[in-house]
Amino acid sequence: MARRSVSAAEPPPAAPRPFWTIARRDTAAGFLFVAPQLAGTLVFMLVPLVLVFWYSLHEWNVLANTFRYTGARNYELLSSDPSLPGVLLASALFSAGLVVLNMSLALLLAVLLNQKLAGIAVFRTLFFSPVVVSLVAWTIVWGFLLQHNGGINGTLRLLGIEGPNWLRTPATAMLSVIVVQVFKNVGLNMVLFLAALQGVPRELYEAARIDGATRWRQFRRITLPLISPTILLTSIITIVGSLQVFAQIAVLTQGGPGVSTTVLVYYLYQQTFQFHRFGYGSTLAILLFAIVALLTLAQWQLRKRFVFHER
Amino acid sequence: MNGEISARMKVALYGLLCVLLIPFVFPTWWMLTSSLKPISDIFVFPPELFPTHPDWSSYAQVFTVQPFAQQYWNSAWIAAVVTAATLAISSMAGYAFARIRFPGANALFIVVLTGLLIPSEVTIVPLFRMFLKLGWVNTHWPLVLIPVFGAPSVFATFVMRQFFIALPAELEEAARVDGLGRFRIFRTIALPLARPALASVAIFTFLHSWNLYLEPIVFLSTPSKFTLPQALTQYTDAYGGPMWNIQLAAATLTALPVLIVFVLAQKQFVEGLAHTGLKG
Repeated sequence: MARRSVSAAEPPPAAPRPFWTIARRDTAAGFLFVAPQLAGTLVFMLVPLVLVFWYSLHEWNVLANTFRYTGARNYELLSSDPSLPGVLLASALFSAGLVVLNMSLALLLAVLLNQKLAGIAVFRTLFFSPVVVSLVAWTIVWGFLLQHNGGINGTLRLLGIEGPNWLRTPATAMLSVIVVQVFKNVGLNMVLFLAALQGVPRELYEAARIDGATRWRQFRRITLPLISPTILLTSIITIVGSLQVFAQIAVLTQGGPGVSTTVLVYYLYQQTFQFHRFGYGSTLAILLFAIVALLTLAQWQLRKRFVFHER
Repeated sequence: MNGEISARMKVALYGLLCVLLIPFVFPTWWMLTSSLKPISDIFVFPPELFPTHPDWSSYAQVFTVQPFAQQYWNSAWIAAVVTAATLAISSMAGYAFARIRFPGANALFIVVLTGLLIPSEVTIVPLFRMFLKLGWVNTHWPLVLIPVFGAPSVFATFVMRQFFIALPAELEEAARVDGLGRFRIFRTIALPLARPALASVAIFTFLHSWNLYLEPIVFLSTPSKFTLPQALTQYTDAYGGPMWNIQLAAATLTALPVLIVFVLAQKQFVEGLAHTGLKG
């Protein structure tokens, strides 16, 4: 290897100190490397965030071409909006239902798939497969199965049960939307839990078995405490994701019946792009931002505390 | 949990797994098979799981009802460009934040990270106004620019940075002593080592773009400009009722290529998405 021996401690003699020192080169390279990302974040995220707050102080109707400053009027409207309690309730129900069902099913599947069985990898692949199926395609198929004369009710009829019109009945519409979403994405959390389960030291189980602990007791006293950081973090990630659900609602229920499945993002979309209330839509966006930002910050705090294993 | 399992337990376990598998596998299978049935057979219950007389006519109709080939191309090139651009931008920024010491690096990283607090739904109104003023509504620019510079790319930068931080510094030292420039080191040493992280980011970014729904329905109004998710919902008859067999054929065409790639590269998909998995 033809290597010139030019080390930092021993500069070439008789040469003037160059302007481009290593430190300066690094600074220039650093800024150049991060420039596209930084500019993008500013132009497409931070400036729009400031703007959306500014717009939320305006009455702005695109069709009527009105844009005037109204101060906190939109926030007063927000607090007295008769639909809002229903919307927030729908969001809370969706997020809570999704996180509970998703976590329980993910944990159950992870425990089952953590057994040493022939062909277990095939099962893992199959449980994971909905994650990569196009979201709208998956939703359309379930929309068909959940119809009054669809496959779900057909199956129930075999058992002698007359099923409801799942997506058109207030009591079952929300449940349906949640379940469709759980089956779509539970594979992600399943894989995370599987990794966490495999990180639990085996000796602990052996010691417990010698002490005569039952499997259930081992699960409760050893497994659950040791994977609880993973459970907590995936819960928050799942909740934050659930607050952004849109396509499923738009395809399956359009927020109905009534506002029973109108979650916050869908309401924001309706108010802004269907009713052309851009000012009020911005106010709803600020509300959404506050909720998501708080949850994400909580997630970061937890991540720090538990030293979550990213990779 | 890892104890010996009796034969009876094994049978019970397989049985339980198979039952649990139904809602995960049946919908996809039903979509594939029903797209090969005439509309009158789609409502037959119990459904025929292996169509004996496959009828491919719905696949022909997919392309006559809408400019589906054009829409497919729109989705494909947008996802490809978004993925390539995100890989370039996030690997460079992630590398710099992890590897290059320069003044203000930490502050700038925090600025970029705040992007993770801002979901794209929050900024859709100002972005709509911005693209309206630029005259780019009903073009593909918003669908490319918003993900490439928005939340998914910020997340990708975070993933890349975590990867480069864990990479041993010695690998670069020799090259630095040899006087290689930063960009050469990045391109010839760091980037080839980062393949697993790049694969994660690529898979995650591609699926994000492929599934994007809010931005297309906000920004696009001409069917020939639609992307696949939006196009799939447009297979309705004059009364707004869905044309099921055609819709399912289009859905199959949308889902199948990704599923095939997934089967071929399961490990990368599962690991990549589990590490970057954002959405619930």
